[in-house]
Amino acid sequence: MPAYWLFLIVLAIAAVGFVLGRMRALQSAKGDSRALHSLKGYYGWNVALKVLIPALLVLVVWQLAYPLYTNATVAGLIPEASVNDGSSADLVLAEVRRTANGLEAAVASGQIADTQARDTLADPVAMTDSLRSAGQIVTSELTTPILNAAQHYRAMGETGALIRTVVVLLVAFGGLFWGLSDSYKDFRARNTVEQTVKYLLIAAASIAILTTLGIVLSLIGNTIRFFNLYPASEFFGSLTWQPSFGGGSELGIWPLLWGTLYISFVALLVAVPIGLFAAVYLSEYASPKLRAFAKPALEVLAGIPTIVYGLFALLTIGPLLISVFGPDGAGWMTGTRSVMTAGIAMGIMLIPFVSSLSDDIINAVPQAMRDGSYGLGATKSETVKQVVLPAALPGIVGAVLLAASRAIGETMIVVLGAGAAARLSLNPLEAMTTVTTRIVSQLTGDADFASPEALVAFALGMTLFVLTLGLNVFALYIVRTYREQYD
Amino acid sequence: MYDAPHTTERDVTQTEIKIAAKNVQVYYGDTHAIKDVDVQIEDKTVTAFIGPSGCGKSTFLRTLNRMNDTIDICRVEGDIRIDGEDIYDKRVDPVQLRAKVGMVFQKPNPFPKSIYDNVAYGPRIHGLAKNKTDLDEIVERALKRGAIWNEVKDRLHAPGTGLSGGQQQRLCIARAVATEPEVLLMDEPCSALDPIATSQVEELIDELRKDYSVVIVTHSMQQAARVSQKTAFFHLGNLVEYGETGKIFTNPEDPRTESYITGRIG
Ligand SMILES: Nc1ncnc2c1ncn2[C@@H]1O[C@H](COP(=O)(O)OP(=O)(O)O)[C@@H](O)[C@H]1O
Ligand SMILES: [Mg+2]
Repeated sequence: MPAYWLFLIVLAIAAVGFVLGRMRALQSAKGDSRALHSLKGYYGWNVALKVLIPALLVLVVWQLAYPLYTNATVAGLIPEASVNDGSSADLVLAEVRRTANGLEAAVASGQIADTQARDTLADPVAMTDSLRSAGQIVTSELTTPILNAAQHYRAMGETGALIRTVVVLLVAFGGLFWGLSDSYKDFRARNTVEQTVKYLLIAAASIAILTTLGIVLSLIGNTIRFFNLYPASEFFGSLTWQPSFGGGSELGIWPLLWGTLYISFVALLVAVPIGLFAAVYLSEYASPKLRAFAKPALEVLAGIPTIVYGLFALLTIGPLLISVFGPDGAGWMTGTRSVMTAGIAMGIMLIPFVSSLSDDIINAVPQAMRDGSYGLGATKSETVKQVVLPAALPGIVGAVLLAASRAIGETMIVVLGAGAAARLSLNPLEAMTTVTTRIVSQLTGDADFASPEALVAFALGMTLFVLTLGLNVFALYIVRTYREQYD
Repeated sequence: MYDAPHTTERDVTQTEIKIAAKNVQVYYGDTHAIKDVDVQIEDKTVTAFIGPSGCGKSTFLRTLNRMNDTIDICRVEGDIRIDGEDIYDKRVDPVQLRAKVGMVFQKPNPFPKSIYDNVAYGPRIHGLAKNKTDLDEIVERALKRGAIWNEVKDRLHAPGTGLSGGQQQRLCIARAVATEPEVLLMDEPCSALDPIATSQVEELIDELRKDYSVVIVTHSMQQAARVSQKTAFFHLGNLVEYGETGKIFTNPEDPRTESYITGRIG
């Protein structure tokens, strides 16, 4: 029985359990729902949850663990000899799985008889042909060991599915009886259900956190593999970035890091003054009506996909810069892609980010502070400059740091706007490249995933992760200490 | 020197009118918050505004330095003169006016700056100091007037927010007197303070009377009786009774005043 059928059956048992649980509880109270400890729906939910949670948990664990077990068993069946040079056990195992799936599909469509598919003495050459003619993909000629392994794999899949069905249904019925035996009028169904829901919420939160942890771990694993192939002293010490897939690459991070920081700096140069001035205007000067319109309008900018900003950089900002600084103008710029092109687009992207955070922070400055200043005969702009902004400064610094960390991690705009040349130059009109763009280009294309040229992407990603994490932690710390000041 | 008691007495009796308000109306949108208020506030006197919450004491106080201008929906009508000059005249700059009519708020609100910078804020804005030594002197004088100099003279560059509540309020008073105002408005300046800090501030108010006309809003009738020479009783936006503090508390004319001071309304 396929897993989704099983899932539907468990759901059905839970639904029946819901109805029965409610009925039983009501019966124990002689039909008077006021005599129940909890509202009658809670008795139903109690049963339903006791059916669903354990059964689905078993199902999920089985789905994750059983393939690992079959793979390990089948891998043991493949003799060393059938792993050719230039191939690996993983590739052979993949072939086994493909064959097994092919057999399954061919039997299902009736093109190969089930007995024939199970025949361990079948001629592998004939089997290859019949699989091919059944429209199943077979990459190479089958050999007897591989065919046998595939047949074993298929058989294990079938018994596994049977065991799974039995176990899951047993657990579901166990839950049903457990829940029903609880359905008595004095049972505190409401408390039990609420407790269970709380645990479900905790589980959801932990999954979110564990996934993050998993991402970091997978990054760390590959980063370590990279540093086994390529010396860390070169990676952090070399000033050249010159990957060549033939080998002998130089993979120094500095040109990339320089490009990243330079572009982020230009972006902040655009975003911080504009964002901050916009925030000051919106929070201190704008009428409530204008504010109600302008603030959301500005925040809409934050919802635009970054690839759109990238296109804007490439199609509008680049040509504009060229027309001023290019060969026809000042002659300092050769191509549309440059630090400025990407930096300005990224700055525009960050404006709503800076302005919206700063606006919140400026609004958090107590009115009493402004009144104090007005009461001394200060004008509005003196008050803003000398009281409101200094009071909001730590928070604004935090907002700028958060914006910086977004700029450092930004990818699509720099892919389109910054170029691909890794260089250490001070000229903002030259093309440069960033850490994120290089991660993209090292992993796309058909590089061998085990080479340092591909693995370097993980080391780059890890560096970026550490950098932005540090910035974020620092920024949040500043923002938080600032918020506490006025509570 | 021998007739010192005599001169003090003359200070109280020989007063001139500092603020004259006639027929003042204040509206918040459609709410009529102050109705037909006429009052004459004397120079070198402490005048107390008392009355139940929401009766318009703060609102009226804020008309005297045009702080209500900062509230969009607020509208003031009538005639308010300080030293005979109409403060709602078009030629009057409300910002200049506020330097002349200082204000101290209910909750101490020092700026997140050093003690020195808090006091120097007003003088700097209004260009009252010729140079650094001049400014130093102004700050020292203001802090002495605020009766807080001895407590902070060794840490002028520590943040003003680090002081205790009572010290912060005296710092705010020092900040207000640093611009050399002629009138000092105080809106419940002691309501956030403990009894010891309160009595320190009350002593200070009595001191300030020598140089300024002080108007204080208070919830505490004992406080009004202790610090003020004149008392105005507000009720539902009306000025019900205005007169010598002693008379208001011992022999009020209006039954509403009597009910309030004996604790029957409020
Ligand atoms: N900013 C404002 N906007 C609208 N109404 C206000 C505002 N401030 C005060 N009021 C109203 O004006 C009336 C007087 O308030 P207020 O002067 O603060 O009283 P008091 O200081 O005597 O307690 C109250 O009814 C209050 O609701
Ligand atoms: Mg008030």
